[in-house]
Amino acid sequence: MGSDSAAIDVRGVSRIFKGAGQDEVRALDNVSVAIRQNEFFTLLGPSGCGKTTLLRLIAGFDFPTEGEIRLYGEDIAALPPYKRPVNTVFQNYALFPHMTVAQNIGFGLEMLGKLKEEIAARVAEMLALVRMSELKDRRTSQISGGQQQRVALARALAPRPKVLLLDEPLSALDFKLRKDMQIELKRLQHETGITFIFVTHDQEEALTMSDRIAVMNKGRILQVGSPQDIYVRPSERFVANFIGDTNFLKARAVGAKGGKVKLDLSSGGSLSADLPPEGLSVGEVTVVVRPENASISEIKGSDFAGNVENIVYFGTDTHVHLKLADGLPFIVRQQNSAGSTAAVKIGDKVGVSVVPGTAKVIRD
Amino acid sequence: MATADEIAEHARLADIRQRWWLSAPALIIIFFAAIGPLAIVLLYSFMVKGDYGDVKYWQFSLDAWTNVLLERDIFDETLSIADAHLVILWRSVWLSFLTTVATLLLGFPTAFFISTRSEHRRDLWLFLITIPFWTNILIRTFAMQEVVRNEGIVNSVLMALGVINSPVQIMFTDWAVLFGMIYVYLPLMVLPIYASMEKLDFRMVEAGYDLYATRLGVLRRIIIPLVKPGIIAGSILVFIPALGAYVIPRVLGGGKSMMLGNLIELQFGQGRNWPLGAALSITLMVIVTIALLAYVRNAMRSGASHGH
Amino acid sequence: MAIRARRSFSIKTQPGFTTIAMACFFLLYLPIATLVVYAFNSGESVAVWQGFSLRWFQSAWQNSLVQEAAWRSFLVAGFAAALATICATMAAIATTRTVNYPGLTFKYAFINQPLMVPEIVTAVALLIFFSRIKVWTGYTGIGYLVLAHTAFCIPFAYLPIRARLENMDLTLERAAADLYAPPWQAFRRVTLPLLTPGIIAGFMLAFVISLDDVVITEFVKSPGQETLPTYMLGQLRRVVTPEINAISAAFLALSLLLVTAFFFLNRKKS
Repeated sequence: MGSDSAAIDVRGVSRIFKGAGQDEVRALDNVSVAIRQNEFFTLLGPSGCGKTTLLRLIAGFDFPTEGEIRLYGEDIAALPPYKRPVNTVFQNYALFPHMTVAQNIGFGLEMLGKLKEEIAARVAEMLALVRMSELKDRRTSQISGGQQQRVALARALAPRPKVLLLDEPLSALDFKLRKDMQIELKRLQHETGITFIFVTHDQEEALTMSDRIAVMNKGRILQVGSPQDIYVRPSERFVANFIGDTNFLKARAVGAKGGKVKLDLSSGGSLSADLPPEGLSVGEVTVVVRPENASISEIKGSDFAGNVENIVYFGTDTHVHLKLADGLPFIVRQQNSAGSTAAVKIGDKVGVSVVPGTAKVIRD
Repeated sequence: MATADEIAEHARLADIRQRWWLSAPALIIIFFAAIGPLAIVLLYSFMVKGDYGDVKYWQFSLDAWTNVLLERDIFDETLSIADAHLVILWRSVWLSFLTTVATLLLGFPTAFFISTRSEHRRDLWLFLITIPFWTNILIRTFAMQEVVRNEGIVNSVLMALGVINSPVQIMFTDWAVLFGMIYVYLPLMVLPIYASMEKLDFRMVEAGYDLYATRLGVLRRIIIPLVKPGIIAGSILVFIPALGAYVIPRVLGGGKSMMLGNLIELQFGQGRNWPLGAALSITLMVIVTIALLAYVRNAMRSGASHGH
Repeated sequence: MAIRARRSFSIKTQPGFTTIAMACFFLLYLPIATLVVYAFNSGESVAVWQGFSLRWFQSAWQNSLVQEAAWRSFLVAGFAAALATICATMAAIATTRTVNYPGLTFKYAFINQPLMVPEIVTAVALLIFFSRIKVWTGYTGIGYLVLAHTAFCIPFAYLPIRARLENMDLTLERAAADLYAPPWQAFRRVTLPLLTPGIIAGFMLAFVISLDDVVITEFVKSPGQETLPTYMLGQLRRVVTPEINAISAAFLALSLLLVTAFFFLNRKKS
């Protein structure tokens, strides 16, 4: 659980919306998470998972039904947004159309009652930070989407918030610009040393940028960890499925030894896998294998076998779609380095080998 | 300390209270200078008429209401149908109906024409419709008078062409009132139809032609059903003010072609029968309300069938 | 072999529609055009053209009754439009951008009520009501006209202001609050500046509506309180001289000016 050194400490927060009649929608269901100082923290999940609701509660645009939110130890759940030292970069940027770029950036400082000279100096500093100095007198309608994005960032950073909230800020940008802005955001976070809480539904974005990620679904946080943690050791089926491509296998445990478990696959064949931290349930278990950790091999000596159903070429690699004996699909990703591709055809029966130590047993 | 839930509820109630304060001035002014007086009109319609206008206070009678449709013979006190009132009532409804039909027949093609112009030109044509709409009704009625007078354009042109030898009397007939109302209310028909037509996706028209529809078929089966909300809105926007028309029949119809509005005014002027005027006003309002309710029901039904 | 010109099939035409539309525009402008032309007639007649002159404009300009009526029209329209715009702005803020709360539908109905009732009915209602008050208080001034005009101008002023508010991005005010602006500052610095075009449009609409009113003014005014439209209505009963045309033409020019300004104001928004 969180401590007072956490930048944001969310404790047992629920947000329940009253629907028609007796209906209740639990947008957030008893969520607890501690976000550390100076970290780039990402809330990741599909739309409607509660990530934006959590962000709005931290910003103060909404109040929790239960629980408390602490900012450096102080309960802020009841403070209005204009009294919270927290700033937001909005999804549509919400730049004031009747003000110039510089006026937008200076707005927060002006509202805090800072002196004119101080505001001017800070605005100039922020303009330089986001490389927008030449466009400071432009109207916000006269600059491009990427530039608007940078102004929104500068505006939110100018009052030196203790925490910066970013609500899917890159979703409106095209692919190339999004890649550039990911790097830019990372740089800004590093230079300013401010805690960033970033909301996204894009798993790739989350993996590349975050120090830590919280994966959310249906109002709950399912797993919190570093990108590697979450990718390599997903705690449950939803997390494994949401982040990266994954194969799921059905199996039965037949013996454990030193954190490893020997499994009999329901498709025939067998596999050795890591145990989940909380131990193993009796009966059938689910095993995940990432496509890049499997390879096509001779049936003899392989872990299990399947029939080739389809072969899809992706440039850098090729996906071989298999159907296993128990009817489950399985995808093998082969790197297309020259000459390395095993020549398989649709209809072939082939063997599959899994890199030792990469198969994980998960909660279902 | 209050829970966050209580704080939210408190904020909600404070917001609603503030919203009542903000709307109070508008509500109070409209109450005193529009809605409230209507209640007095209702009250007046049940009072005895005063000898020199106004009413005899707190002396109640149903005379005004019987007088709307019946008249008491001054000699033998028998009741008979008030022909004059019935004629005027019928003329109001009939002329309003004709005006609606005529403006629809003229306005629909006009709205279609405007909405099929290029985006840039559309604004200009629309502007040309808007100008007469914002011109004082009295000026437009007066302009119409210039056209239909015995010495007006229509008669001058017809006589110059030798079609007629002496001027045709149009002024102070139902025709003059009808022409005037068509002229004045035409923009009210064009604008809502245009608003609907502007949203029309012409790819649907294309699809219609692609599926072997003729021009008439496309008009009847695709365009008209899709702009129906605009047609209904336009019809109601023309019909309702036409029913209550006062200036147009007064100027163009004179004493010969009166409408309900003029009959009401007469009771407050020379007629000196305020209760009857009040009863006629309520009658007019009831007819208008029925038309409005029919429109709302229709709009809600067509809104539901279009799924938004 | 003969080359036949082939006309491409246009989906945006219907037989006869263009003709009807052109006829409509012609018919809409013919009477107004005639009226304006005869305003410049040098003769006494509004039917026989006797040469160009500005004498009727001059005579209208020098007519003290016209001057007085015009001044009163502007006074009433100015006050009524200003009051109506203030009330409508407040009401629009109170009735937009909220979840449905008890009384909201009632407010909509109330504010739009003057649009639903025939003008003649409101006129006689006000005649009855105000004639009583005039007797009780002894006050017969211009206040009644301003009050009556304000009431029926409110729904018109409300229209563009409400539309503007509803199209306004709620996150802008959220952003202001996020940047430490308390509610009043957020309103003054963000909401109000963005609302201004709507408020101006609302005022102009209310001003034109008030300036144009005949029926309610005719019933509410005390003796001698002519506005330009009621003065003209009175004149139409008499022998008509081109002076009326001249007044109409000037009035028309003013309306045209206001409508053009309104049109461009609204277009800039979109």
